[in-house]
Amino acid sequence: MCGIAGLIHRGKSSNVGNELQNMLQALKHRGPDSTGYALYANNDGQNFILRFKVGENVGEGSTSVNEDESVYNERKKSVDKKLSELGAPIVKEEKLTPYSYRYEIKYDKDLMEFSKAIESIESVEILSIGKSLELIKDLGDATTVSERYGLNKVQGTHGIGHARMATESGVDIKSAHPFWGYPFADVSVVHNGQLTNYWNNRRVLENKGMRFMSECDSELIAVFLAERMRNGASLEEGMKESLTGLDGVFTYFVATKDSLGMAKDTMAAKPLVLYESDDLVAMGSEEIAIRSILPQEIDTYDPFDGEVKVWQT
Amino acid sequence: MANLKSAEKKTKAQSMGMHTETLTGKTQQKFFNPDEAENFFYWGNYDVDFNKRTELDVKDMDCVNANKKIDELMSEGFGTIVIKNPQGKHSLGVGILNKLNLIFEGSLGYFGVGSIDGPMVRVNGRVGWSCAENMMAGKVVIEKNAGSCFGAAIRGGDLICKGSVGARTGIDQKGGTIIVGGDAGAFTGFMMQRGRIVILGDVGINLGDSMYDGTIYVGGKIGSFGSDAIEAPMTNNDIEWLKRKLKVAEISENFDVSKMTKVVAGKKLWNYDALEPTEKKGAI
Repeated sequence: MCGIAGLIHRGKSSNVGNELQNMLQALKHRGPDSTGYALYANNDGQNFILRFKVGENVGEGSTSVNEDESVYNERKKSVDKKLSELGAPIVKEEKLTPYSYRYEIKYDKDLMEFSKAIESIESVEILSIGKSLELIKDLGDATTVSERYGLNKVQGTHGIGHARMATESGVDIKSAHPFWGYPFADVSVVHNGQLTNYWNNRRVLENKGMRFMSECDSELIAVFLAERMRNGASLEEGMKESLTGLDGVFTYFVATKDSLGMAKDTMAAKPLVLYESDDLVAMGSEEIAIRSILPQEIDTYDPFDGEVKVWQT
Repeated sequence: MANLKSAEKKTKAQSMGMHTETLTGKTQQKFFNPDEAENFFYWGNYDVDFNKRTELDVKDMDCVNANKKIDELMSEGFGTIVIKNPQGKHSLGVGILNKLNLIFEGSLGYFGVGSIDGPMVRVNGRVGWSCAENMMAGKVVIEKNAGSCFGAAIRGGDLICKGSVGARTGIDQKGGTIIVGGDAGAFTGFMMQRGRIVILGDVGINLGDSMYDGTIYVGGKIGSFGSDAIEAPMTNNDIEWLKRKLKVAEISENFDVSKMTKVVAGKKLWNYDALEPTEKKGAI
């Protein structure tokens, strides 16, 4: 079933890492297989944050395999070489796990070409690129992932997250949410539901040059929106188009560097509870996610079928 | 095999005025005999005093322990129980087959006060999906909004939400009354079989989709009618009933009910007459 959560502070920053951790941990029963965060942090905005993985954390049903760390190290060297060829100097690098890295790089050219070049290296996947987006996903519950990557001190304006119960594909990082809105900087998506016209859409989008990294149906939403935005649609327009373009049951969140949106399918088959005030919007699959950061009595509601909303920081 | 179509004898439900149509399929309805008083009480229920009041803070309890504690308090004779800090927890106050005043000072999560028979419940907050599912009798009042599947499959009682509700309100409803002060989402009254739904605000698409019977009253705009849902004329009986019900429910007492839209089943989808072929039954 999966659980999703999101929040946006309007006009101020907060400890979004810790807040989202609490919200997702409250939804652990909806998805114990993996947890993912897309945090929009208070970075200086000078450099791109590149998060990528050079191998998998393999769980049940995954089509990937565990590999030796020496293989990961070789791939990392290939990434460094490719960055040099692309004219993207590394300002700072961090090894987060044996299979994942966070780089700060300087780059000012086309992100699609950049991504294609990096991902041409075997088993290398870019998790996210952005000036404020920090996208982290791995196996385990929200607290486990947060502690592994040191997220509970991240200050920022907004974020979305996902607690995954694997149904359509295996347990691994590539199938975990959030999905980056390739090739757009700072765009991420999480989804609760099932999409039934995944392959039809995927074939069409791949023919238009879009890229899929997993077999997870939810990735389609990120690619669908990215393709619409690449053709000039605004985020909200793309989301409204998705209500008819995507078939199935879904509630999803999408975030950009300065906004957070939600969309619910026309059957309203997937849950969502929403709290909205002048300075904070918080939402999740269940009210207990919101209560984990707002224990006082508040007014919440369920958005209706076919509803699309977007909030700015 | 009995010829159910030719059965002319009125059922007890019809003689009690609960419905007028003649069901031509097999019914599994059973009724209590009013002379057998013990049938009106569940085994193991408690003689509680409404004036005996207590508070229960469930902040650090899971739903199992909270529900056990409510049962324990009823066994001690407490007839009014105030639940503090429910904080959106799921499945609180379920399965209460007893008279009781139950007040939640806050919001409930999924499946709150489900399968109840008798208590008077007030929630001073919001409720999540499937509130009061399978409720048999009693009264439940929600002061704020409610999630989807509000009053799913209720058999009886009054279920009132003063705010707005999500999708599929009254899905599979089999009796009782659901009243909503605000708006309702898509598929309101989906597959309802009996009972009444009153929505004072707007409703979403596919209202009353595949409903078998029952009545839906809508005060605002209707997104669209579902399969086999049709508009019916408002009668004086409808208006009088609505006025009384809203007054009892303490909700929008002055609402002009005469302008509401009444929706019933077109009864074109009924499949009760399509009995299985005899030869197929023989094979089974």
